[in-house]
Amino acid sequence: MTVTDRPADIRPGTIGSSPPRPDGVAKVQGSFEFSSDISADGCLWGATLRSPHPHARIVSIDLAAAWQLDGVSAVITAEDVPGEMNYGLISQDQPVFASDVVRYVGEPVAAVAADHPETCRRALDAIVVEYELLDALLDPEVAIAGDAAPIHPDGNVIRHQRVLSGDPDAVGDVVVEGTYELGMQDQAFLGLEAALAIPDSGGGGVELHVATQWLHEDRRQLAACLAMDESAVRLVLGGVGGAFGAREDISLQVHCCLLALRLGRPVRMAYSRAESFLGHVHRHPAKIWIRHHATSGGEIVKIEARMVFDGGAYASTSSAVLVNAVTMAQGPYRCPNAVVDGWAVRTNHLPCGAMRGFGAVQACFAQESQMDKLAEACGLDAVEVRLRNAMRTGDVLITGQPVLNVAPVERCIRETDALPLPDEPVGGTVGADGAVDVMKLPGGAGLTADAGDVVRGIGWGVSIKNLMYSEGFDDYATARCRLHGGVATIKFATAEVGQGFVMIAAQIARTILGVDDVRLDPIDTQIGSAGSTSASRQTWMSGGAVDAACRAARERLFEAVGAAHGLEPVQLAIDGTDVVDTMGDLRVPVVDATADLEIDETVEYHHPQTVHLDENGQGNCHTAFAFVAHRAVVDVDPELGLVKVVQIATAQDVGRALNPLSVIGQIEGGIAQGLGLAVMEEIIQVDGVIRNGNFTDYLLPTFLDMPPVVATLIEEPDPHAPLGAKGVGEPPTISSTPAIVAAIRDALRQADGVGKPLSRVPVRPSDICL
Amino acid sequence: MPVFAPTTVESATGLLADHPDAMLLAGGTDAMVEINDGRLRPDDVVIALDAVAELRSWRHDPVTSTLVIGAGVTYTELLRDPPAALAPALAQASRTVGSPQIRNAGTLGGNLGTCSPAGDGLPVLAALDATVTLTSATGTRVLPVMDFMVGVKRTALEPGELINEITVPVVDGWQGYAKVGVRNAMVIAVASACLVVDRRARAVSLALGSVGPTILRCPEAEAALGRAIDWEMMSADVGAFARFGELAGAASRPITDHRSTAEYRRHAVGVLATRLARRALTRSEAAA
Amino acid sequence: MSGEHFTLHVNGVDREVRDSWLGESLLDVLRDRLGLVGAKGACEQGECGSCSVLVDDNLVCSCLVMAAAAVGRPIITVEGLSDPGLPTDVQQLFVDAGAVQCGFCTPGLVMAVHDLLDRVVEPTETEIREELAGNVCRCTGYGRIIEAVQRVAVSRRADREVPR
Repeated sequence: MTVTDRPADIRPGTIGSSPPRPDGVAKVQGSFEFSSDISADGCLWGATLRSPHPHARIVSIDLAAAWQLDGVSAVITAEDVPGEMNYGLISQDQPVFASDVVRYVGEPVAAVAADHPETCRRALDAIVVEYELLDALLDPEVAIAGDAAPIHPDGNVIRHQRVLSGDPDAVGDVVVEGTYELGMQDQAFLGLEAALAIPDSGGGGVELHVATQWLHEDRRQLAACLAMDESAVRLVLGGVGGAFGAREDISLQVHCCLLALRLGRPVRMAYSRAESFLGHVHRHPAKIWIRHHATSGGEIVKIEARMVFDGGAYASTSSAVLVNAVTMAQGPYRCPNAVVDGWAVRTNHLPCGAMRGFGAVQACFAQESQMDKLAEACGLDAVEVRLRNAMRTGDVLITGQPVLNVAPVERCIRETDALPLPDEPVGGTVGADGAVDVMKLPGGAGLTADAGDVVRGIGWGVSIKNLMYSEGFDDYATARCRLHGGVATIKFATAEVGQGFVMIAAQIARTILGVDDVRLDPIDTQIGSAGSTSASRQTWMSGGAVDAACRAARERLFEAVGAAHGLEPVQLAIDGTDVVDTMGDLRVPVVDATADLEIDETVEYHHPQTVHLDENGQGNCHTAFAFVAHRAVVDVDPELGLVKVVQIATAQDVGRALNPLSVIGQIEGGIAQGLGLAVMEEIIQVDGVIRNGNFTDYLLPTFLDMPPVVATLIEEPDPHAPLGAKGVGEPPTISSTPAIVAAIRDALRQADGVGKPLSRVPVRPSDICL
Repeated sequence: MPVFAPTTVESATGLLADHPDAMLLAGGTDAMVEINDGRLRPDDVVIALDAVAELRSWRHDPVTSTLVIGAGVTYTELLRDPPAALAPALAQASRTVGSPQIRNAGTLGGNLGTCSPAGDGLPVLAALDATVTLTSATGTRVLPVMDFMVGVKRTALEPGELINEITVPVVDGWQGYAKVGVRNAMVIAVASACLVVDRRARAVSLALGSVGPTILRCPEAEAALGRAIDWEMMSADVGAFARFGELAGAASRPITDHRSTAEYRRHAVGVLATRLARRALTRSEAAA
Repeated sequence: MSGEHFTLHVNGVDREVRDSWLGESLLDVLRDRLGLVGAKGACEQGECGSCSVLVDDNLVCSCLVMAAAAVGRPIITVEGLSDPGLPTDVQQLFVDAGAVQCGFCTPGLVMAVHDLLDRVVEPTETEIREELAGNVCRCTGYGRIIEAVQRVAVSRRADREVPR
C-alpha cells in the first residue's frame, strides 16, 4: 500500500508516519477493556423497560410484582428523577422516563436493578403498564401541514429552514428533476451500549464509566437530571466499540446513575442488540424533491429543492442535520441561484439524530443522482458534467458563505478517474478449468448467476462535507501537556471510539517536542471539554489543542534552554529529538534538557466563530469544508436484482495525512457504511414498530460484500487547519452511496437500453428487476 | 444436572422417553438464538446430542446407491468430499449456510428439526426425494422428507422421537442448488431452488424454498421439462427452460414479509429454475 | 435462579462454573462467570462472529453454544492464544497493518484467522473473504484485515523456507 510507506526522512512515530496504535496489542489479545467489560465489586445489574407502542398514554404503572421478586433491589420511574425530567442535545425535550405519554416504540418507561441480568429480565416482565393507545403520527407531510395535534409540547415541526439565494426566478435551458428517498440507516456499532455507575459513599456524587462520544456533554445533561453540580459527576471513558453518531445522545447514562445513587452500590447496564436498535438515534429517513436548472453546456444555473427529514419522536440533533442538508444541497458545485426549503419534523417513529455524514448524506444522494440526469440531458458524461461545475476555493455556497478552505474538487475527480479500473472481468479471471470464481459474481455461493447473466456498471459521486459544528456553536477542545525527563504526558477528554486519535495525539507530541516517549492520561472529565467525536472534527480540534498545548510546553522548554545558554526562545528549534539553535552551534537532547523541568501547559483550542442562518438561509454558518470523489464499479444481475460491488476508487481531500494508514482505515470503513446504505441497510418500521431490530435482518456488509478500495490521498495542507489536516471520517460515507447506485443504473441501462430510476436507497433487488 | 450428553442413539431415546419435555440440542444454531432472546427456555432437561457418534457419521451404500447422513453431521462436513461428491447439491446448499462458525456447528438434522421454509438444506432433500429416519425408544420409522416437513416450523416428529439419519439417493445425472439473499454472505434465503435431473430414471425434480409454508415440489414444471428433455443428449431448448421457470413461479405460494415481497419471490424462483435447467442441460435448437 | 454447576476446560485449565442457569450460553459463562471477557457479544444470534472461540478445534460462535453442553470439550478463547504482551504473529500483524480500529470485532477475528491459517496455509483473497465472512467489522471496511492475513501467510512462508 504505497500511500502508507513512510518517507525516509520522517522520524518513526511522528506526524506523517503510521505507528501502531498504543491500544493495539491489548485489543488483539482481548484485554482492552470496553465499557461492557468493566465491573466492580458488589455491583448490581440494571435494565430498562421500554414502550411497545409508538404513541400511547400511560394510564398506570404497577411496580409491585417487580419489587417482590427475589434479587430485585430497585424499580424506578419518572417519579424518581430528582432533577430535570428531560434532556436533549439541542432542545431539552426528551424524558428520562416517559411519565404521561410514550412517543415511540422503545421509549424508556422504567428501570430495575437486580443481582443478575436474568433477574432483571424477569423484573421487567413483572412490571405492569396500562396504556391507552393513541393515533400515531407517522407521516411527515401531516406534521408539516399542521393538521395533526402536536405529539409533543414543542410541536411537530422541529425546524423549518429555507435557503434563498440569487434570483429565485432564474431558469436554465435544461431542467431535470427528481424525488429521492432514503431509508433509516443504523450506526450499528458493534460495541453495545454499556456503563458502570459507582456512587460516592454518602451519595453526593457519582463516577460513570461509559462508552460515549462527548464526556462533557453527557455530564452536563446527566448532572441536571441528577440535580447535582457538574463537579460531582465524573465521567470516565470506557472502551468504545465504535460510535458513528449513535453515542452523541444520552442512552443509559441517567438510568444507570439513578439506580446506583438510589442503592448506594455500583450498577452496570448493558444493552442487547435488539435493545440497542431502540436505545439510540438513527440516520434520518428523508424525502427530497430537487430540480436543477442548467445551461445547455451543463453548468448549474439554479437548484430548487424541498427536503423533508423525519426526526422521529424527539428533537436530538435534527435541527443541525437539516441545516447541513439544506446548506449543502448544491453539492461541491457552483450554484448561483437557489430556492431550498427544508423541514425536520417530529413523528412517532424512532428518534433520529447523528450518523456519520449528518444530513450531507441525504442531500448528496439527491444531488449526485441529479448530476447524472443533467449529464444525460446535456449529452455529457458523468465526469465532465461534474468537472464543469466543480467548486474551487473562494466559490460560495448557496448560503453566501465563501469556501475559504482548500477545495480541490477538480483534483478529486481527476485523480479518482486516473485510478485503474478493476483488471478482472465479471466473475473474475477464468481459471484453468474454464470456471469463473462464483464468489466474484453477485449472489456468490448462492450460485444465482452465471457470468453471462451479469452486467458491469460504473458510477460517480462527489461530495462536500462541513467539518466541526456550525451555526455559532463554539465546539472547542482542550488538551494538557506535561513534559519532564524526556517524557511527554498528554491529557484530553477526546473520546477515542476507534478512529485513532490516541495515535495521532502521540504523533503530534513527538513531532513538536522531540520526544519519543509519549504517555496518555486517562480520558475523563478531569480536564476541560474536547467536544464531540463527530463532525470529522477531532483531528482539527483536539489535534489542534494537543498541538497548541505541546507548543506551549515547547515554549517553556525553549525559555529554559535559552536562559541556560543566553539565547532567546525564538532562536531555538526542535530537530529530531534535540533542541538546537538556529545557528547550528547548540544541540541538547530533549531528554537531557527536560531532566529537571516540570512543564505543565493546558490549552483550549477554538475555531473561528460562525453564525446562525437567517430566515433566508444566508450566513457563514459552517466552519470548514472537505471534499471527496468516488467511482464505483458494480456487477449487476438485472434479472434477479442482485449486485456485487467490485471496486471503489476514491481521491479524498485530506489536507495532510497525519497517520496515512489510519486515514486509509477511515476511508475504507466509511465506504463500507456508504455501501450498506446503498444496497442493504434499512431499519424497517411498520406502523411505527421496528421489524428488523437484529443482525439477521438488519444487514451489514460482510467481507464478501465489501470490495477492494483504491485510494489517493490529496494532500494540500489547509492553511486554516492547525496541522494542515482536515477531518477524514465522514466524506467516505457520503458520495460512495450515490456512486454505487449510479453504477447500478449504468449497468441496467446497458442491459436494456432504458434502465431504472433507482431513486430510493437502499436499493432492493425488486427495485432493480421488477 | 439437567443436561445429558448421551453417547448412543439408544441412550438418547431412552432419556427422551423418560423426559418427554426434554429439549434436544445439536448444533444450537437455531435453539440458542431463541434462548438468548428470552423466547425459549428449557423447561425440564436438555439432551445434548453431539456426543452421539452414530449421529455424527455418514455412510455410502453403493448397493442401494444412497448416502446415509447422521442427523448430527455438520454443514462443514457436508462441504467436503466424499459426501460432497455424492450429493453435490447438498454441498452447494451447505456452502450458503450462515458462516464458517455456523457451518461448523449447524447440522442437517437441526435444519430438518427447525423446518423453516427457508432452511438451506431442505430443498435439496426434497428434490432428491430423501427419507428421514425417526427413532424412539420403542422403534424406528422412515418418512419421505416431504411428509416429514408439514408446515412453517412444524414437522411430523412425534413425542419421544429424534431425527436419526437422512437417506439421500446418489443420483446419476445432474443436481444443483441456488439461493437468493440480499447480501453475499450470512443471509436467510428469500428464494431458493434445487433441481435434480436423474438421467437413469429420466425424471426431473424441482424443489423450492422460501415460497410457501414449507418446501414445495413442482410436479407440473417437472413433468413439462421431463417431456422436453432429449434424454440421450441431456439437452432441451431454450423455450423449455423458460417454460420451466414460468411453471416454477406459478407453483410458488410466497408471502410478503420484512425480508421480501411475494412478487419478488415468485419472480426469483422462476429465474432460478430457468437458470438451473440451463446449467443441467445443454441447449438444443428448438423443435421445428 | 436454577443453579447449574459444571466444569469447563478452557485454555487448558479446568474451570468450575456455579449457579449458571439452564440454557446459558458459553459466551455469557466465559464473560460473566469465568472472567474471560476477550470474547465479545454484539448480536446474540451468531451473525457477527465477535464471540468466536474454538470448541474441539472447531471455530464456533460461543453465543450459540449452550455452556452446559460444552462440558468435556476443550475450549480455546483469545486469552489462550498468547500470553499478555506477547502477541501471536496474527495479532501483531493485525496491529501493524492497521487492521484494528475500535477493536470490538478483533478477538473474534483473531480466532477466525488463526483457524483459517491452520487449515489453509496460503489463502487467496477470495478464500480469506469467504472464510472470514462470519466476522463482521463496522470500522475497517475489511481492507487492512485482509492485508494483515496475507502478510501473516507470507511471513510464515518465509519462516518455512529458512534453510536449517
